[in-house]
Amino acid sequence: MSPLVQGAITIFVGVFGCVGYFYAANLLLDKVIYPAKGPNIGRNINRANAIRPWLFLLPAILALSIYLVYPVIGSLIRSMYNRAGNEFIGLGNYTSLAGDPEFQTALINNALWALVVPAAATFFGLVVAQLTDRLSWGNIAKSLIFMPMAISFVGASLIWKFVYAGDPDIGIINAIRDGMGLDPLDPLQLPFWNNFFLMVILVWIQTGFAMVILSAALRGVPEDTIEAAIIDGAGPFRVFFRIKVPQIMGTIVVVWTTITILVLKVFDIVYTMTGGNFGTEILPSYMMSFMFRDDGRATAVAVVIMIVVLPVMIWNIRQAQKEMR
Amino acid sequence: MSGVRMEEVVKRYGDVQVIHGIDLEIADGEFCVFVGPSGCGKSTLLRMVAGLEDTTEGAMHIGGREVTRLDPAERGVAMVFQTYALYPHMTVRENMTFGLRMNGHPKSEIAEKVAEATRILKLEDYLDRKPAALSGGQRQRVSIGRAIVRGPEVFLFDEPLSNLDAELRVEMRVEIARLHKDIGATMIYVTHDQVEAMTLADKIVVLRAGRIEQVGAPLDLYRDPDNRFVAGFIGSPAMNFVTGVVQDGAVDVPALGGTVSPQVELPAEGTEVIIGLRPEHAKIDPNGTTLTVEITEALGGISYAYLTSSAGEKLIIEERGEISSALGDTVSRTFEPHHLYVFDKDSETRIR
Repeated sequence: MSPLVQGAITIFVGVFGCVGYFYAANLLLDKVIYPAKGPNIGRNINRANAIRPWLFLLPAILALSIYLVYPVIGSLIRSMYNRAGNEFIGLGNYTSLAGDPEFQTALINNALWALVVPAAATFFGLVVAQLTDRLSWGNIAKSLIFMPMAISFVGASLIWKFVYAGDPDIGIINAIRDGMGLDPLDPLQLPFWNNFFLMVILVWIQTGFAMVILSAALRGVPEDTIEAAIIDGAGPFRVFFRIKVPQIMGTIVVVWTTITILVLKVFDIVYTMTGGNFGTEILPSYMMSFMFRDDGRATAVAVVIMIVVLPVMIWNIRQAQKEMR
Repeated sequence: MSGVRMEEVVKRYGDVQVIHGIDLEIADGEFCVFVGPSGCGKSTLLRMVAGLEDTTEGAMHIGGREVTRLDPAERGVAMVFQTYALYPHMTVRENMTFGLRMNGHPKSEIAEKVAEATRILKLEDYLDRKPAALSGGQRQRVSIGRAIVRGPEVFLFDEPLSNLDAELRVEMRVEIARLHKDIGATMIYVTHDQVEAMTLADKIVVLRAGRIEQVGAPLDLYRDPDNRFVAGFIGSPAMNFVTGVVQDGAVDVPALGGTVSPQVELPAEGTEVIIGLRPEHAKIDPNGTTLTVEITEALGGISYAYLTSSAGEKLIIEERGEISSALGDTVSRTFEPHHLYVFDKDSETRIR
């Protein structure tokens, strides 16, 4: 059978399977288990309505359990076993992680990423959203800034490899240095600063995301409050920072934490650009370096990442819910 | 000395002109109300005084100073918005002091002014609340408080009561009138509600399509309108208009059941004119035959009767107490000739 036909059948079965499930389950509930007739009609309708949400949520709950909850628990267990997975060593993987200077570097770098990238992307996104708002060509500018969002991390990394290239004929940084009569250097090998050169890539990608969301939020700020502030004698900067920004603070927090979560998971950029060398290791790339060699330690790193992301995630969801209210 | 003077003020958006050369003088301490139907330019004119809209042509003076090209903050005005426009992230106190803090006033002075404004508006209990925790009426009081604290030469109100329910609107209307008496500052107030205009104003400016139709004290506009538009706009229910023809030194008005003799200089024989008669100036004559009762509304103290003439002209009559005539009865109405207004049919100006 050709893969095309296979795919079509899969889609067909999947979609109509879902529709069939919802239809049949609903029918079963309403006609057989709690029929809307007979002496207990009121009670039956109430019970059916109480059960219905669970019926509809069941497939999602099952899928999440199998593909999310089980792997989390599985990883926790696996991280307590040795390299081969046949000997229980308790927290051994974690203690050896703590003692590994490479892991400490990754942890510190990751903290830097989590601080710098969301802050920079949100800040630039906010500034761009405000500056392009009143321009006639603002939408073109916004489209251009948003475009990197459509590029995969690996693709973006390849683009920036050219920017950072050592050959002055290719890399813009070295072209500038060359113009100033300086020797070419590899920005990705500059200790400590190379981390920031990598972060620039993610900021470049995520600024568009922040800009789009914050631009919409800025438009939602009531014009009256801005006019009132202008009459109150506030200049453009004060109107922006003291009237507009505080009113969209909730959205800023959501954007910020969303990018933070993404940052804590990103590994492609480091993997593509430096492979974690020259002191640019971060947790996900560090984890990758153990994958398939020592799954015990790799899963231990994965658990650490999850523990780091979790509070940010909870805060993000809380904020988003507050925004919706 | 903090009156407002406009000289040939014009506003254009591109090719579209919305304000057509307005001349207006508002005296120091006067309460001036701009009224008119929506789209007449009353809010635009107010925003031009505030400086939120540029003045395309002409000159704007506040307190003897030309302010045409000045920023809103430099004009000595404070504005109260229909939507209150409170800063949602600040407490009531911060809302009221924002302007003073922006302009670097000393803390002691700010505290003093806030204390005074809260006393006037009875906001003491709400100073540390955020606007979201206040009712509509309280929010509008804070908004007025924010204006008072700035100590402006001119207060600008842009339909401040439109977002309030009927009961609160009456209450706030009285409060604004009291405020004007207490402070004595010049106030410009935009509204489409003629009750607000009649009760609050020292001077009403009736606007239509970017032009002034008439300026005057509320009762002067009611008693002595310059044209049909003002006559119809001021007074509730609106003045009745019916057509008539000048004949033998009187006017033949079919809808009123014959000739009437308004006490004015009538135009030439055979000229068509419009006769105006206020609902409250006529009475129903149950023995008449010219009008049919369509609907009656009894409000308790007063009642309204909606009448139609055989030619299809509609009339409203207001009576004290209840109206005895039933639906479908034919009636006519009685009135005093001096209550009749005569308007030119084409130009709609008043014939006196």
